[in-house]
Amino acid sequence: MSVNLVQFALVLAAMAALVVVAGRWLTHVLTDKAHALPERLTYRLLGVDADSGMDWKRYGVALVLSNAAMMLLGYLLLRVQSLLPFDALQRPSQTPDLAFNTAASFITNTNWQSYSGESSLSNFSQMAVITFLMTVSVASGVAGCAAFIRGLAQREARDVGNYWVDFTRVTWRVLLPICLLLSLVYVWQGMPQTLASSVDATTLEGTVQHIVTGPVASLEAIKHIGTNGGGFFGMNAAHPFENPTPLTNTLHMLAMFLVPSALTYAFGRMLSRRRQGWAFLAAFVVMFVGFLSVVYTAEQHGNPAFATMGIDQQAGAMQAGGNMEGKETRFGIAQTSAFVAVTTAATTGSVDAMHDSLTPLGGLVPLSLMMLNDVFGGVGVGFINLVAYAILTVFLVGMMIGRTPEFLGKKIEAREIKYVMIAVLAHPFCILGFTALAAVWPDAPASLANMGPHGFSELIYAYTSGTANNGSAFAGLNANTPFFNTTIGLAMLFGRYFTLLPMLAVAGSLAIKRNVPESQGTLPTATPLFTGLLIFVILVVGGLTFLPALALGPIVEHLAMLVGQTF
Amino acid sequence: MTSPLVRPVLVSAVLFMAVTGLGYPLASTALAKAFFPRQAAGSVVMRGDTPVGSALIGQDFHQPGYFHPRPSVTGNTSYDAASSGASNLGPTSAKLLDAVRQRADAYRHENGLLAGAPVPVDAVTASASGLDPDITLANAHAQAQRVATSRHLPLPRVVALIDAQAQGRQLGLLGEPRVNVLALNLALDASASAGKP
Repeated sequence: MSVNLVQFALVLAAMAALVVVAGRWLTHVLTDKAHALPERLTYRLLGVDADSGMDWKRYGVALVLSNAAMMLLGYLLLRVQSLLPFDALQRPSQTPDLAFNTAASFITNTNWQSYSGESSLSNFSQMAVITFLMTVSVASGVAGCAAFIRGLAQREARDVGNYWVDFTRVTWRVLLPICLLLSLVYVWQGMPQTLASSVDATTLEGTVQHIVTGPVASLEAIKHIGTNGGGFFGMNAAHPFENPTPLTNTLHMLAMFLVPSALTYAFGRMLSRRRQGWAFLAAFVVMFVGFLSVVYTAEQHGNPAFATMGIDQQAGAMQAGGNMEGKETRFGIAQTSAFVAVTTAATTGSVDAMHDSLTPLGGLVPLSLMMLNDVFGGVGVGFINLVAYAILTVFLVGMMIGRTPEFLGKKIEAREIKYVMIAVLAHPFCILGFTALAAVWPDAPASLANMGPHGFSELIYAYTSGTANNGSAFAGLNANTPFFNTTIGLAMLFGRYFTLLPMLAVAGSLAIKRNVPESQGTLPTATPLFTGLLIFVILVVGGLTFLPALALGPIVEHLAMLVGQTF
Repeated sequence: MTSPLVRPVLVSAVLFMAVTGLGYPLASTALAKAFFPRQAAGSVVMRGDTPVGSALIGQDFHQPGYFHPRPSVTGNTSYDAASSGASNLGPTSAKLLDAVRQRADAYRHENGLLAGAPVPVDAVTASASGLDPDITLANAHAQAQRVATSRHLPLPRVVALIDAQAQGRQLGLLGEPRVNVLALNLALDASASAGKP
């Protein structure tokens, strides 16, 4: 018990220590005037002037078009996979709809997978498509966030930076060095990193076991650093090759938190408002700890139906106990619960346990974290969401005390609030709308693995995960049907662009405004009071929006479980 | 507006595919092979000249003289290391509860436990990967008598083997105490052949 709490404390303490180091480095990378040699070579090949700025529209166009070209390249490589090298298992090319789904999913940082890695991707595709798209989607995400922060920092100007410079630098100076180092630590702990496709072993009882291998460690490093989430293997980070030891599990968690939390620090530094960065980080941490305690308690308590069969779920020196269905022995309850909370808080979508088999309240946690979508959040976007809520908080409080709302020295007016509301409302509209559609769609129930309220949870989890660009699943749902492929695909795109683009517009709109000097009437936004108000607004808005739907799924399932009802 | 973008957009796609999709993973592969060749190749366990499995990947054991792993629902057969898989059944699923009840009865029967005797939870629930290489110490100890009887070994010797193979928390803190089933069964075989005249 206490050792579990120490593990949680260790993760948070290590994260906090890394915030400063990584935050400083990230700030330096995003503000450095000098260009390093590989960067100068890159600019020469691209034919871009690294010293010219862009307004938010030009920046956005460059981001979207470069992503489109990379997605197309990934699509083409998947379509001709059977002609490419490094595959002794001769896995066939992906079909057009599957290749489209894969490329779209990875370039939007969602990493929803309609395929199982070991049976449908060659080692070449795992590297040149998956690892490539994972890396560039992160670089674009950080770049977008950097532009957003510069927009907030600008006074009466339009320049939000140069997309090509941000993208190139984040890749060369941040992602590649960290990932190379991390991948070697992962290999040391047991992850394979080889071009061989499989090993054939003869088991002690004399049967042949085909063990699929490949360049796993390099993919795992960027998967977690970039809050990507799509696994090399079907069972993702629960697979012993993707997550061989409790140490790799812990490193996965720290890697997922690294960039999102460092961005709050970079934000504080770039705006010369360090306390503001810490105030945001505090909001992240408070909500995270609250959710973690719910999932940990629920999973450790286990399944009451097992108890009536004489199954021993008590924690002790000999076993972790708790609800072990869909969990791995080496992680037990504590490492698994922490991972569940981290992966959905950071919108990674990597899983080290099957979320579909969590207890109802345990499953409520990842659902809620993705619904709120701003507890840490994915690389770049989560932070932008938090700022949207911060502006909303300033606005609501301004209404209550009768002052003109101000944020970071800029007046918040009707135009910004409208954009913020589009960003805040697009998310629940997309999740609840598609879930309602699926609930009445005639063929949908055939895809469910579980009946009753848990079946409903599978549906709402799928659209929440897609919209939040998370990618984890209640994986019992067979989503590989035309209906689910299409609607979840749309949810991913809406979820990404209808929050990102309105908020970039807010940044653009704030950039050209004059700075308002702080006065007695200004609501300070870097205080514990404001952090508390921000959490309150996030929970109230999220609660009012999603509680009715949650009542139909996990909450009623919890009550059914307590009285022993089965489905 | 878009024409000056054509070159950077196209060149960046190809360039970064080459750098991040080939350069990075291949550099990692080369370094991994140089520094950690055993792990990089999949931690293959050899007995003599034959690969008998991977230290990280569970394998199926049915014979009473071996320790048995957790239930697995991979691919078509249990412990299919080319197709990882889980049940994905929720806690109120009748299917899950039926399966667990049957597994518990079978476990008690195999190991000579009384009806209704407590069964360690990991022995009757399917793991997330379907390839879990470990079992809990509680599960191993509950199987020790069966293994000892089947191999005509004294029980304390089998228990000593479990204790010798048991792994504690990593760095004394992380994860859970456990025992690797393949390592334990290999030790069991080695101990049996060493004991023969």
